[in-house]
Amino acid sequence: MSEVAQKISAFITASLLLDANTDIAGTASFLEAGIIDSTGVLELVQFLEETWNISVKDEEMVPANLDSLAKLEAFVQRKLGG
Amino acid sequence: MLLGSLLEERARTMPGKTALVCGDLRATYAELDGQSNRLAQALLERGIAPGERVALCLENTPELVVGLFGTWKAGAAAVLVNPGTKPEKLAFLLGDSGARALLAPSKRFEALEPAAEPRVRLASGADWSAALAVTSAAAPDARCTPDDLACLLYTSGSTGAPKGVMHSHRSLASVTRSIVQYLGGSADDVVLSVLPLSFGYGLSQLLPTFAAGGTLVLERSFTFPQLTLQRLASERATGFAMVPTIATILLQHDLSKFDFSALRYLTNAGAGIAPALLRELRAKLPHVRIFPMYGQTECIRASYLPPEEVDRRPTSVGKGIPGQELWIADENGQRLPPGNTGELVVCGAHVMLGYWRQPDESARKLRPGQRPGERELYTGDLFRVDEQGWFHFVARQDDIIKTRGEKVSPREVENVLLACEGVLAAAVVGVPDPLLGQSVRAFVVQRPGALPDEKAILRHCSRVLEEFAIPKRIIFLDDLPKTPNSKIDKQALLERSEAK
Repeated sequence: MSEVAQKISAFITASLLLDANTDIAGTASFLEAGIIDSTGVLELVQFLEETWNISVKDEEMVPANLDSLAKLEAFVQRKLGG
Repeated sequence: MLLGSLLEERARTMPGKTALVCGDLRATYAELDGQSNRLAQALLERGIAPGERVALCLENTPELVVGLFGTWKAGAAAVLVNPGTKPEKLAFLLGDSGARALLAPSKRFEALEPAAEPRVRLASGADWSAALAVTSAAAPDARCTPDDLACLLYTSGSTGAPKGVMHSHRSLASVTRSIVQYLGGSADDVVLSVLPLSFGYGLSQLLPTFAAGGTLVLERSFTFPQLTLQRLASERATGFAMVPTIATILLQHDLSKFDFSALRYLTNAGAGIAPALLRELRAKLPHVRIFPMYGQTECIRASYLPPEEVDRRPTSVGKGIPGQELWIADENGQRLPPGNTGELVVCGAHVMLGYWRQPDESARKLRPGQRPGERELYTGDLFRVDEQGWFHFVARQDDIIKTRGEKVSPREVENVLLACEGVLAAAVVGVPDPLLGQSVRAFVVQRPGALPDEKAILRHCSRVLEEFAIPKRIIFLDDLPKTPNSKIDKQALLERSEAK
Protein backbone atom coordinates (compact mmCIF):
# COMPACT_ATOMS: atom_id res chain seq x y z
CA MET A 1 0.00 0.00 0.00
CA SER A 2 1.36 3.42 -0.93
CA GLU A 3 1.99 6.09 1.67
CA VAL A 4 -1.00 8.06 0.38
CA ALA A 5 -3.29 5.05 0.67
CA GLN A 6 -1.97 4.26 4.14
CA LYS A 7 -2.65 7.76 5.42
CA ILE A 8 -6.17 7.83 3.97
CA SER A 9 -6.90 4.40 5.34
CA ALA A 10 -5.71 5.41 8.80
CA PHE A 11 -7.82 8.54 8.72
CA ILE A 12 -10.96 6.68 7.67
CA THR A 13 -10.44 4.05 10.34
CA ALA A 14 -9.89 6.63 13.02
CA SER A 15 -12.45 9.23 12.04
CA LEU A 16 -15.28 7.71 10.07
CA LEU A 17 -15.63 4.14 11.19
CA LEU A 18 -16.96 2.65 14.36
CA ASP A 19 -15.75 -0.82 13.56
CA ALA A 20 -11.97 -0.96 13.23
CA ASN A 21 -12.14 -4.42 11.61
CA THR A 22 -13.66 -3.13 8.40
CA ASP A 23 -11.55 -3.93 5.35
CA ILE A 24 -11.22 -0.49 3.81
CA ALA A 25 -8.90 -1.48 0.97
CA GLY A 26 -11.29 -4.27 -0.03
CA THR A 27 -14.38 -2.09 -0.05
CA ALA A 28 -15.45 -1.33 -3.61
CA SER A 29 -17.83 1.45 -2.62
CA PHE A 30 -17.89 3.28 0.71
CA LEU A 31 -21.39 4.44 -0.16
CA GLU A 32 -22.72 0.93 -0.79
CA ALA A 33 -21.01 -0.34 2.34
CA GLY A 34 -22.60 2.41 4.40
CA ILE A 35 -19.20 3.57 5.60
CA ILE A 36 -19.57 7.19 4.71
CA ASP A 37 -22.37 9.74 4.89
CA SER A 38 -22.63 13.35 3.78
CA THR A 39 -20.87 14.77 6.83
CA GLY A 40 -18.22 12.06 6.49
CA VAL A 41 -17.53 13.22 2.95
CA LEU A 42 -16.91 16.74 4.22
CA GLU A 43 -14.51 15.48 6.88
CA LEU A 44 -12.69 13.33 4.38
CA VAL A 45 -12.24 16.24 1.97
CA GLN A 46 -10.98 18.47 4.74
CA PHE A 47 -8.47 15.81 5.67
CA LEU A 48 -7.23 15.49 2.06
CA GLU A 49 -6.85 19.26 1.75
CA GLU A 50 -4.93 19.65 4.99
CA THR A 51 -2.72 16.59 4.63
CA TRP A 52 -1.53 17.17 1.06
CA ASN A 53 -2.10 20.89 0.88
CA ILE A 54 -4.43 20.52 -2.07
CA SER A 55 -7.68 22.24 -2.85
CA VAL A 56 -10.70 20.07 -3.62
CA LYS A 57 -13.32 21.81 -5.71
CA ASP A 58 -17.03 21.26 -5.13
CA GLU A 59 -17.37 19.49 -8.47
CA GLU A 60 -14.59 17.06 -7.50
CA MET A 61 -16.57 15.85 -4.47
CA VAL A 62 -18.14 12.94 -6.35
CA PRO A 63 -18.02 9.15 -6.01
CA ALA A 64 -15.64 8.85 -8.99
CA ASN A 65 -12.99 10.50 -6.80
CA LEU A 66 -13.96 9.60 -3.26
CA ASP A 67 -15.95 6.37 -3.10
CA SER A 68 -13.14 3.85 -2.50
CA LEU A 69 -9.57 3.77 -1.26
CA ALA A 70 -8.27 3.15 -4.79
CA LYS A 71 -10.24 6.10 -6.17
CA LEU A 72 -9.09 8.34 -3.33
CA GLU A 73 -5.48 7.36 -3.85
CA ALA A 74 -5.68 8.00 -7.59
CA PHE A 75 -7.41 11.32 -6.97
CA VAL A 76 -4.75 12.54 -4.55
CA GLN A 77 -1.94 11.41 -6.88
CA ARG A 78 -3.62 13.25 -9.74
CA LYS A 79 -3.97 16.43 -7.69
CA LEU A 80 -0.34 16.26 -6.59
CA GLY A 81 0.87 15.53 -10.12
CA GLY A 82 -1.24 18.31 -11.65
CA MET B 1 -59.27 5.04 -1.39
CA LEU B 2 -56.85 2.13 -1.57
CA LEU B 3 -53.21 3.05 -2.10
CA GLY B 4 -52.75 0.44 -4.82
CA SER B 5 -55.43 2.17 -6.87
CA LEU B 6 -53.44 5.40 -6.74
CA LEU B 7 -50.92 3.80 -9.09
CA GLU B 8 -53.64 2.05 -11.14
CA GLU B 9 -55.38 5.35 -11.71
CA ARG B 10 -52.16 6.92 -13.06
CA ALA B 11 -51.42 3.88 -15.22
CA ARG B 12 -54.86 4.27 -16.75
CA THR B 13 -54.79 8.06 -17.28
CA MET B 14 -51.11 8.62 -18.12
CA PRO B 15 -49.52 5.24 -18.86
CA GLY B 16 -46.47 6.57 -20.70
CA LYS B 17 -45.59 9.29 -18.22
CA THR B 18 -42.29 8.83 -16.36
CA ALA B 19 -43.21 7.98 -12.78
CA LEU B 20 -39.86 7.08 -11.30
CA VAL B 21 -36.22 7.88 -11.97
CA CYS B 22 -33.64 5.84 -10.03
CA GLY B 23 -30.05 6.04 -11.16
CA ASP B 24 -30.09 5.27 -14.90
CA LEU B 25 -33.50 3.63 -14.76
CA ARG B 26 -36.66 5.45 -15.81
CA ALA B 27 -40.03 3.73 -15.34
CA THR B 28 -43.45 4.81 -16.58
CA TYR B 29 -46.64 4.56 -14.58
CA ALA B 30 -47.77 1.61 -16.73
CA GLU B 31 -44.48 -0.22 -16.15
CA LEU B 32 -44.55 0.34 -12.39
CA ASP B 33 -48.17 -0.72 -12.19
CA GLY B 34 -47.51 -3.92 -14.16
CA GLN B 35 -44.47 -4.78 -12.03
CA SER B 36 -46.46 -4.14 -8.85
CA ASN B 37 -49.22 -6.44 -10.06
CA ARG B 38 -46.64 -9.12 -10.77
CA LEU B 39 -45.16 -8.75 -7.30
CA ALA B 40 -48.62 -8.90 -5.71
CA GLN B 41 -49.33 -12.12 -7.64
CA ALA B 42 -45.98 -13.52 -6.51
CA LEU B 43 -46.81 -12.77 -2.86
CA LEU B 44 -50.29 -14.28 -3.14
CA GLU B 45 -48.90 -17.39 -4.83
CA ARG B 46 -46.48 -17.80 -1.94
CA GLY B 47 -49.36 -17.83 0.50
CA ILE B 48 -49.40 -14.24 1.74
CA ALA B 49 -52.97 -13.48 2.81
CA PRO B 50 -54.66 -10.08 3.05
CA GLY B 51 -53.81 -8.32 6.30
CA GLU B 52 -50.49 -10.10 6.73
CA ARG B 53 -47.29 -8.10 7.01
CA VAL B 54 -44.62 -7.91 4.35
CA ALA B 55 -41.33 -6.38 5.49
CA LEU B 56 -39.31 -4.34 3.01
CA CYS B 57 -35.69 -3.65 3.89
CA LEU B 58 -34.41 -2.07 0.68
CA GLU B 59 -32.50 1.01 -0.40
CA ASN B 60 -34.37 3.67 -2.35
CA THR B 61 -34.68 1.59 -5.53
CA PRO B 62 -37.39 0.73 -8.09
CA GLU B 63 -37.75 -2.59 -6.27
CA LEU B 64 -38.74 -0.81 -3.08
CA VAL B 65 -41.44 1.18 -4.89
CA VAL B 66 -42.72 -1.94 -6.69
CA GLY B 67 -42.51 -3.91 -3.43
CA LEU B 68 -44.58 -1.32 -1.61
CA PHE B 69 -47.35 -1.07 -4.21
CA GLY B 70 -47.25 -4.84 -4.79
CA THR B 71 -47.77 -5.42 -1.07
CA TRP B 72 -50.77 -3.11 -1.09
CA LYS B 73 -52.21 -4.71 -4.21
CA ALA B 74 -51.97 -8.09 -2.45
CA GLY B 75 -54.04 -6.62 0.37
CA ALA B 76 -51.10 -6.96 2.75
CA ALA B 77 -49.45 -4.36 4.99
CA ALA B 78 -45.92 -3.10 4.36
CA VAL B 79 -43.40 -2.94 7.18
CA LEU B 80 -40.94 -0.33 5.96
CA VAL B 81 -37.52 -0.90 7.48
CA ASN B 82 -34.64 1.53 7.12
CA PRO B 83 -32.05 -0.21 4.91
CA GLY B 84 -29.30 0.80 7.33
CA THR B 85 -30.90 -1.20 10.15
CA LYS B 86 -28.43 -3.52 11.88
CA PRO B 87 -29.22 -7.28 11.81
CA GLU B 88 -30.19 -7.49 15.47
CA LYS B 89 -32.73 -4.73 15.15
CA LEU B 90 -34.07 -6.14 11.88
CA ALA B 91 -34.69 -9.42 13.70
CA PHE B 92 -36.58 -7.54 16.40
CA LEU B 93 -38.70 -5.68 13.84
CA LEU B 94 -39.52 -8.87 11.95
CA GLY B 95 -40.56 -10.57 15.16
CA ASP B 96 -42.51 -7.64 16.52
CA SER B 97 -44.43 -7.08 13.29
CA GLY B 98 -45.01 -10.80 12.75
CA ALA B 99 -43.90 -10.35 9.16
CA ARG B 100 -44.65 -13.35 6.90
CA ALA B 101 -42.46 -12.10 4.05
CA LEU B 102 -39.20 -10.21 3.73
CA LEU B 103 -38.11 -8.38 0.60
CA ALA B 104 -34.43 -7.48 0.97
CA PRO B 105 -30.95 -8.01 -0.49
CA SER B 106 -30.00 -11.70 -0.15
CA LYS B 107 -27.25 -10.96 2.40
CA ARG B 108 -30.04 -9.99 4.81
CA PHE B 109 -31.34 -13.56 4.79
CA GLU B 110 -28.04 -14.99 6.08
CA ALA B 111 -28.82 -13.93 9.63
CA LEU B 112 -32.25 -15.61 9.61
CA GLU B 113 -33.09 -19.18 10.62
CA PRO B 114 -34.04 -21.04 7.40
CA ALA B 115 -37.30 -22.47 8.76
CA ALA B 116 -38.36 -19.46 10.82
CA GLU B 117 -40.68 -16.61 9.84
CA PRO B 118 -40.63 -14.74 7.61
CA ARG B 119 -40.69 -17.85 5.43
CA VAL B 120 -41.40 -15.99 2.22
CA ARG B 121 -38.14 -14.39 1.21
CA LEU B 122 -37.55 -12.55 -2.01
CA ALA B 123 -34.06 -11.24 -2.69
CA SER B 124 -33.63 -8.06 -4.68
CA GLY B 125 -31.81 -8.50 -8.00
CA ALA B 126 -31.87 -11.69 -10.08
CA ASP B 127 -34.26 -13.68 -7.81
CA TRP B 128 -36.70 -10.83 -7.89
CA SER B 129 -36.66 -10.56 -11.68
CA ALA B 130 -37.09 -14.33 -12.05
CA ALA B 131 -40.02 -14.42 -9.62
CA LEU B 132 -41.80 -11.55 -11.37
CA ALA B 133 -41.18 -12.91 -14.87
CA VAL B 134 -43.48 -15.89 -14.32
CA THR B 135 -46.44 -14.05 -12.80
CA SER B 136 -49.20 -12.13 -14.52
CA ALA B 137 -49.25 -8.35 -14.92
CA ALA B 138 -53.01 -8.35 -14.38
CA ALA B 139 -54.29 -6.67 -11.23
CA PRO B 140 -54.81 -9.25 -8.48
CA ASP B 141 -58.16 -9.63 -6.80
CA ALA B 142 -57.35 -9.19 -3.12
CA ARG B 143 -59.75 -8.28 -0.38
CA CYS B 144 -58.94 -4.91 1.19
CA THR B 145 -60.78 -1.91 2.62
CA PRO B 146 -59.59 1.67 3.22
CA ASP B 147 -59.50 1.04 6.98
CA ASP B 148 -57.15 -1.94 6.67
CA LEU B 149 -53.58 -1.61 7.85
CA ALA B 150 -51.43 -0.30 4.99
CA CYS B 151 -48.10 0.05 6.70
CA LEU B 152 -46.10 -0.06 9.88
CA LEU B 153 -43.53 2.69 10.31
CA TYR B 154 -41.27 2.07 13.26
CA THR B 155 -40.42 5.07 15.35
CA SER B 156 -37.76 5.20 18.01
CA GLY B 157 -39.35 6.38 21.18
CA SER B 158 -36.96 8.43 23.28
CA THR B 159 -36.85 5.44 25.59
CA GLY B 160 -37.32 1.73 25.08
CA ALA B 161 -37.94 -0.37 21.99
CA PRO B 162 -39.20 1.09 18.72
CA LYS B 163 -42.96 1.22 18.26
CA GLY B 164 -44.77 0.30 15.05
CA VAL B 165 -46.96 3.20 13.97
CA MET B 166 -50.01 1.79 12.17
CA HIS B 167 -51.29 3.68 9.17
CA SER B 168 -54.33 2.62 7.17
CA HIS B 169 -54.95 3.20 3.48
CA ARG B 170 -57.35 5.92 4.54
CA SER B 171 -54.89 7.75 6.80
CA LEU B 172 -52.11 7.77 4.20
CA ALA B 173 -54.49 8.71 1.39
CA SER B 174 -55.82 11.52 3.55
CA VAL B 175 -52.42 13.06 4.30
CA THR B 176 -51.43 12.56 0.65
CA ARG B 177 -54.44 14.54 -0.55
CA SER B 178 -53.66 17.32 1.90
CA ILE B 179 -50.00 17.57 0.89
CA VAL B 180 -50.84 17.73 -2.82
CA GLN B 181 -53.25 20.53 -2.05
CA TYR B 182 -50.96 22.82 -0.05
CA LEU B 183 -47.82 22.22 -2.12
CA GLY B 184 -49.86 22.84 -5.27
CA GLY B 185 -48.87 19.48 -6.74
CA SER B 186 -49.34 18.85 -10.46
CA ALA B 187 -48.32 16.47 -13.23
CA ASP B 188 -45.46 18.89 -13.99
CA ASP B 189 -43.84 18.07 -10.63
CA VAL B 190 -40.40 16.49 -10.60
CA VAL B 191 -39.71 15.77 -6.93
CA LEU B 192 -36.25 14.63 -5.88
CA SER B 193 -35.99 12.68 -2.65
CA VAL B 194 -32.91 11.47 -0.78
CA LEU B 195 -34.96 10.43 2.28
CA PRO B 196 -35.60 6.74 2.98
CA LEU B 197 -39.18 5.61 2.31
CA SER B 198 -39.18 4.09 5.81
CA PHE B 199 -39.24 7.66 7.10
CA GLY B 200 -42.73 9.22 7.07
CA TYR B 201 -41.24 12.29 5.39
CA GLY B 202 -39.73 10.06 2.68
CA LEU B 203 -43.00 8.19 2.11
CA SER B 204 -44.73 11.54 1.82
CA GLN B 205 -42.51 12.39 -1.15
CA LEU B 206 -43.58 9.27 -3.06
CA LEU B 207 -47.34 9.23 -2.48
CA PRO B 208 -48.18 12.89 -3.22
CA THR B 209 -45.94 12.89 -6.31
CA PHE B 210 -47.74 9.86 -7.74
CA ALA B 211 -51.14 11.22 -6.67
CA ALA B 212 -50.39 14.38 -8.67
CA GLY B 213 -49.07 12.38 -11.65
CA GLY B 214 -45.58 13.84 -11.34
CA THR B 215 -42.15 12.23 -11.52
CA LEU B 216 -40.22 11.05 -8.47
CA VAL B 217 -36.43 11.12 -8.70
CA LEU B 218 -35.41 8.71 -5.97
CA GLU B 219 -31.82 8.95 -4.75
CA ARG B 220 -30.24 6.42 -2.43
CA SER B 221 -28.80 8.97 -0.07
CA PHE B 222 -27.39 12.45 0.38
CA THR B 223 -23.84 11.14 0.84
CA PHE B 224 -22.47 13.05 -2.13
CA PRO B 225 -24.28 16.39 -2.02
CA GLN B 226 -22.55 17.39 -5.24
CA LEU B 227 -24.33 14.53 -7.05
CA THR B 228 -27.66 15.53 -5.55
CA LEU B 229 -27.13 19.11 -6.69
CA GLN B 230 -26.19 17.96 -10.22
CA ARG B 231 -29.22 15.70 -10.27
CA LEU B 232 -31.55 18.46 -9.11
CA ALA B 233 -30.32 20.58 -12.01
CA SER B 234 -30.14 17.88 -14.71
CA GLU B 235 -33.60 16.44 -13.94
CA ARG B 236 -34.96 19.99 -13.69
CA ALA B 237 -36.42 19.10 -10.30
CA THR B 238 -39.30 21.27 -9.13
CA GLY B 239 -39.34 20.12 -5.50
CA PHE B 240 -36.79 18.94 -2.93
CA ALA B 241 -37.31 17.73 0.64
CA MET B 242 -34.78 18.71 3.30
CA VAL B 243 -34.09 18.12 6.94
CA PRO B 244 -32.02 20.88 8.60
CA THR B 245 -28.79 18.86 8.25
CA ILE B 246 -29.31 18.70 4.50
CA ALA B 247 -30.00 22.43 4.35
CA THR B 248 -26.81 23.16 6.27
CA ILE B 249 -24.71 21.03 3.91
CA LEU B 250 -26.38 22.42 0.78
CA LEU B 251 -25.42 25.90 1.86
CA GLN B 252 -21.75 24.91 2.07
CA HIS B 253 -21.79 24.41 -1.69
CA ASP B 254 -21.74 27.11 -4.33
CA LEU B 255 -25.38 26.95 -5.44
CA SER B 256 -24.84 29.62 -8.09
CA LYS B 257 -23.00 27.06 -10.25
CA PHE B 258 -26.21 25.14 -10.91
CA ASP B 259 -29.26 25.85 -12.99
CA PHE B 260 -32.07 25.66 -10.47
CA SER B 261 -34.48 27.68 -12.61
CA ALA B 262 -37.03 24.82 -12.55
CA LEU B 263 -36.94 24.49 -8.75
CA ARG B 264 -40.28 25.64 -7.38
CA TYR B 265 -40.13 24.70 -3.72
CA LEU B 266 -38.04 23.32 -0.85
CA THR B 267 -39.64 21.73 2.16
CA ASN B 268 -38.19 21.23 5.63
CA ALA B 269 -39.37 18.73 8.23
CA GLY B 270 -37.92 16.15 10.59
CA ALA B 271 -36.65 18.92 12.82
CA GLY B 272 -37.19 22.64 12.92
CA ILE B 273 -35.05 24.74 10.65
CA ALA B 274 -33.17 27.66 12.20
CA PRO B 275 -34.16 31.17 11.04
CA ALA B 276 -30.51 31.80 10.07
CA LEU B 277 -30.66 28.88 7.61
CA LEU B 278 -33.96 30.07 6.18
CA ARG B 279 -32.51 33.55 5.62
CA GLU B 280 -29.48 32.14 3.81
CA LEU B 281 -31.62 29.89 1.61
CA ARG B 282 -33.93 32.79 0.78
CA ALA B 283 -30.94 34.96 -0.16
CA LYS B 284 -29.30 32.32 -2.35
CA LEU B 285 -32.45 30.93 -3.96
CA PRO B 286 -34.81 33.90 -4.05
CA HIS B 287 -37.17 32.37 -6.63
CA VAL B 288 -37.74 29.19 -4.58
CA ARG B 289 -40.71 28.88 -2.23
CA ILE B 290 -39.76 27.40 1.16
CA PHE B 291 -42.21 25.43 3.27
CA PRO B 292 -41.13 24.86 6.89
CA MET B 293 -43.35 22.03 8.12
CA TYR B 294 -44.05 19.96 11.18
CA GLY B 295 -45.13 16.38 11.46
CA GLN B 296 -44.51 13.18 13.32
CA THR B 297 -44.73 9.56 12.22
CA GLU B 298 -48.06 9.24 14.04
CA CYS B 299 -49.80 11.60 11.59
CA ILE B 300 -47.07 12.07 8.93
CA ARG B 301 -47.75 15.81 8.64
CA ALA B 302 -49.59 18.30 10.83
CA SER B 303 -48.67 21.85 9.81
CA TYR B 304 -46.90 23.96 7.22
CA LEU B 305 -45.89 27.60 7.01
CA PRO B 306 -46.98 29.23 3.73
CA PRO B 307 -43.84 30.43 1.88
CA GLU B 308 -45.06 34.02 1.80
CA GLU B 309 -44.92 34.04 5.63
CA VAL B 310 -41.37 32.70 5.95
CA ASP B 311 -39.59 36.08 6.08
CA ARG B 312 -42.10 37.46 8.57
CA ARG B 313 -42.31 34.53 11.01
CA PRO B 314 -39.31 32.23 10.46
CA THR B 315 -39.69 30.52 13.83
CA SER B 316 -43.21 29.29 13.08
CA VAL B 317 -44.20 25.98 11.51
CA GLY B 318 -47.41 27.60 10.37
CA LYS B 319 -50.94 26.37 10.74
CA GLY B 320 -52.70 23.07 10.15
CA ILE B 321 -52.57 21.28 6.82
CA PRO B 322 -55.89 21.13 4.90
CA GLY B 323 -58.59 18.71 6.00
CA GLN B 324 -57.75 18.42 9.70
CA GLU B 325 -57.60 20.45 12.88
CA LEU B 326 -54.81 21.46 15.28
CA TRP B 327 -55.00 22.96 18.72
CA ILE B 328 -53.10 23.07 21.98
CA ALA B 329 -54.26 21.59 25.27
CA ASP B 330 -53.30 21.97 28.92
CA GLU B 331 -52.26 19.11 31.23
CA ASN B 332 -55.91 18.08 31.63
CA GLY B 333 -56.56 17.92 27.91
CA GLN B 334 -58.54 21.19 27.90
CA ARG B 335 -58.28 23.24 24.72
CA LEU B 336 -56.30 26.49 25.18
CA PRO B 337 -56.93 29.73 23.27
CA PRO B 338 -54.22 31.46 21.19
CA GLY B 339 -51.52 33.21 23.19
CA ASN B 340 -50.73 30.10 25.22
CA THR B 341 -48.31 27.22 25.28
CA GLY B 342 -49.59 23.65 25.50
CA GLU B 343 -49.44 20.17 24.05
CA LEU B 344 -50.22 19.97 20.36
CA VAL B 345 -53.29 17.92 19.54
CA VAL B 346 -53.93 16.80 15.95
CA CYS B 347 -57.32 15.58 14.79
CA GLY B 348 -58.16 14.20 11.38
CA ALA B 349 -58.37 11.19 9.13
CA HIS B 350 -54.57 11.15 8.77
CA VAL B 351 -53.93 10.23 12.41
CA MET B 352 -52.51 6.71 12.90
CA LEU B 353 -54.67 3.77 13.96
CA GLY B 354 -52.40 3.27 16.97
CA TYR B 355 -49.16 1.51 17.88
CA TRP B 356 -48.88 -2.07 16.70
CA ARG B 357 -49.79 -4.49 19.48
CA GLN B 358 -49.40 -1.77 22.13
CA PRO B 359 -52.94 -0.93 23.25
CA ASP B 360 -51.82 0.89 26.41
CA GLU B 361 -49.33 3.05 24.57
CA SER B 362 -51.96 3.74 21.90
CA ALA B 363 -54.54 4.74 24.48
CA ARG B 364 -52.11 7.18 26.04
CA LYS B 365 -51.57 8.92 22.73
CA LEU B 366 -55.00 8.68 21.07
CA ARG B 367 -58.52 9.69 22.00
CA PRO B 368 -61.65 9.29 19.90
CA GLY B 369 -62.55 12.42 17.95
CA GLN B 370 -66.00 13.98 17.92
CA ARG B 371 -66.89 12.36 14.61
CA PRO B 372 -66.87 8.64 13.81
CA GLY B 373 -63.54 7.51 12.41
CA GLU B 374 -61.68 10.56 13.66
CA ARG B 375 -58.91 10.28 16.21
CA GLU B 376 -57.23 12.92 18.34
CA LEU B 377 -53.48 12.54 18.57
CA TYR B 378 -51.79 13.93 21.69
CA THR B 379 -48.39 14.59 20.16
CA GLY B 380 -46.39 15.07 23.34
CA ASP B 381 -44.88 18.17 21.74
CA LEU B 382 -45.25 21.61 23.27
CA PHE B 383 -46.27 24.46 20.99
CA ARG B 384 -46.94 28.12 21.51
CA VAL B 385 -49.81 29.54 19.50
CA ASP B 386 -49.47 33.29 19.02
CA GLU B 387 -52.34 35.75 18.93
CA GLN B 388 -52.67 35.35 15.14
CA GLY B 389 -52.96 31.58 15.48
CA TRP B 390 -49.48 30.66 14.19
CA PHE B 391 -47.92 27.59 15.77
CA HIS B 392 -44.39 27.71 17.16
CA PHE B 393 -42.61 24.57 18.26
CA VAL B 394 -41.33 24.94 21.82
CA ALA B 395 -39.99 21.49 22.68
CA ARG B 396 -40.86 17.90 23.08
CA GLN B 397 -42.74 17.68 26.30
CA ASP B 398 -39.98 15.59 27.76
CA ASP B 399 -37.28 17.86 26.38
CA ILE B 400 -37.94 21.13 28.19
CA ILE B 401 -35.07 22.08 30.46
CA LYS B 402 -36.00 23.37 33.84
CA THR B 403 -33.16 25.22 35.43
CA ARG B 404 -33.35 27.37 38.49
CA GLY B 405 -37.12 27.00 38.23
CA GLU B 406 -37.11 28.63 34.79
CA LYS B 407 -38.18 26.87 31.62
CA VAL B 408 -35.59 26.79 28.84
CA SER B 409 -36.37 25.57 25.34
CA PRO B 410 -33.36 23.71 23.95
CA ARG B 411 -34.55 24.78 20.52
CA GLU B 412 -34.30 28.42 21.42
CA VAL B 413 -30.73 28.06 22.68
CA GLU B 414 -29.81 26.01 19.60
CA ASN B 415 -31.09 28.74 17.30
CA VAL B 416 -28.95 31.27 19.14
CA LEU B 417 -25.90 29.04 18.90
CA LEU B 418 -26.50 28.42 15.19
CA ALA B 419 -26.60 32.15 14.59
CA CYS B 420 -23.14 32.44 16.15
CA GLU B 421 -20.37 32.85 13.62
CA GLY B 422 -18.39 29.67 13.11
CA VAL B 423 -21.01 27.33 14.57
CA LEU B 424 -22.03 24.64 12.11
CA ALA B 425 -24.37 22.57 14.26
CA ALA B 426 -25.56 22.67 17.83
CA ALA B 427 -27.68 20.62 20.20
CA VAL B 428 -28.71 21.51 23.72
CA VAL B 429 -29.78 19.15 26.47
CA GLY B 430 -30.57 19.47 30.16
CA VAL B 431 -28.26 17.48 32.41
CA PRO B 432 -28.99 16.76 36.07
CA ASP B 433 -27.45 19.35 38.37
CA PRO B 434 -27.61 19.27 42.18
CA LEU B 435 -27.99 23.04 42.51
CA LEU B 436 -30.04 24.00 39.46
CA GLY B 437 -32.20 20.91 38.95
CA GLN B 438 -30.99 20.80 35.39
CA SER B 439 -28.16 22.65 33.79
CA VAL B 440 -28.06 23.71 30.16
CA ARG B 441 -25.38 21.89 28.22
CA ALA B 442 -24.52 22.65 24.62
CA PHE B 443 -22.82 20.41 22.08
CA VAL B 444 -21.32 22.39 19.25
CA VAL B 445 -19.78 21.47 15.91
CA GLN B 446 -17.52 24.17 14.56
CA ARG B 447 -17.41 25.20 10.92
CA PRO B 448 -14.26 23.99 9.16
CA GLY B 449 -11.63 26.68 9.44
CA ALA B 450 -13.58 28.79 11.94
CA LEU B 451 -12.85 27.87 15.50
CA PRO B 452 -14.83 29.99 17.90
CA ASP B 453 -13.85 29.15 21.47
CA GLU B 454 -16.21 28.58 24.35
CA LYS B 455 -15.81 32.13 25.59
CA ALA B 456 -16.70 33.66 22.23
CA ILE B 457 -19.81 31.52 21.92
CA LEU B 458 -20.93 32.28 25.46
CA ARG B 459 -20.36 35.98 24.81
CA HIS B 460 -22.63 35.66 21.79
CA CYS B 461 -25.26 33.81 23.85
CA SER B 462 -25.21 36.38 26.58
CA ARG B 463 -26.14 39.00 24.02
CA VAL B 464 -29.36 37.18 23.12
CA LEU B 465 -30.41 34.88 25.93
CA GLU B 466 -31.63 35.45 29.41
CA GLU B 467 -28.93 34.59 31.89
CA PHE B 468 -30.53 31.32 33.02
CA ALA B 469 -30.74 30.06 29.44
CA ILE B 470 -27.04 30.49 28.65
CA PRO B 471 -25.29 27.11 28.47
CA LYS B 472 -23.26 26.29 31.55
CA ARG B 473 -20.93 24.22 29.50
CA ILE B 474 -20.09 23.83 25.83
CA ILE B 475 -18.64 20.59 24.54
CA PHE B 476 -17.10 20.58 21.09
CA LEU B 477 -17.75 17.58 18.90
CA ASP B 478 -16.73 16.61 15.37
CA ASP B 479 -20.30 15.62 14.58
CA LEU B 480 -23.61 15.35 16.37
CA PRO B 481 -24.93 11.80 16.80
CA LYS B 482 -27.95 11.21 14.55
CA THR B 483 -30.88 8.83 14.59
CA PRO B 484 -31.45 6.78 11.39
CA ASN B 485 -33.81 9.56 10.22
CA SER B 486 -31.09 12.22 10.45
CA LYS B 487 -32.50 13.81 13.55
CA ILE B 488 -30.06 14.81 16.24
CA ASP B 489 -29.94 11.98 18.75
CA LYS B 490 -30.37 13.82 22.04
CA GLN B 491 -30.59 10.59 23.97
CA ALA B 492 -27.07 9.74 22.85
CA LEU B 493 -25.88 13.21 23.87
CA LEU B 494 -27.43 12.79 27.30
CA GLU B 495 -25.75 9.43 27.71
CA ARG B 496 -22.46 10.96 26.66
CA SER B 497 -22.94 13.67 29.29
CA GLU B 498 -23.67 11.15 32.00
CA ALA B 499 -20.62 9.10 31.10
CA LYS B 500 -18.37 12.08 31.73
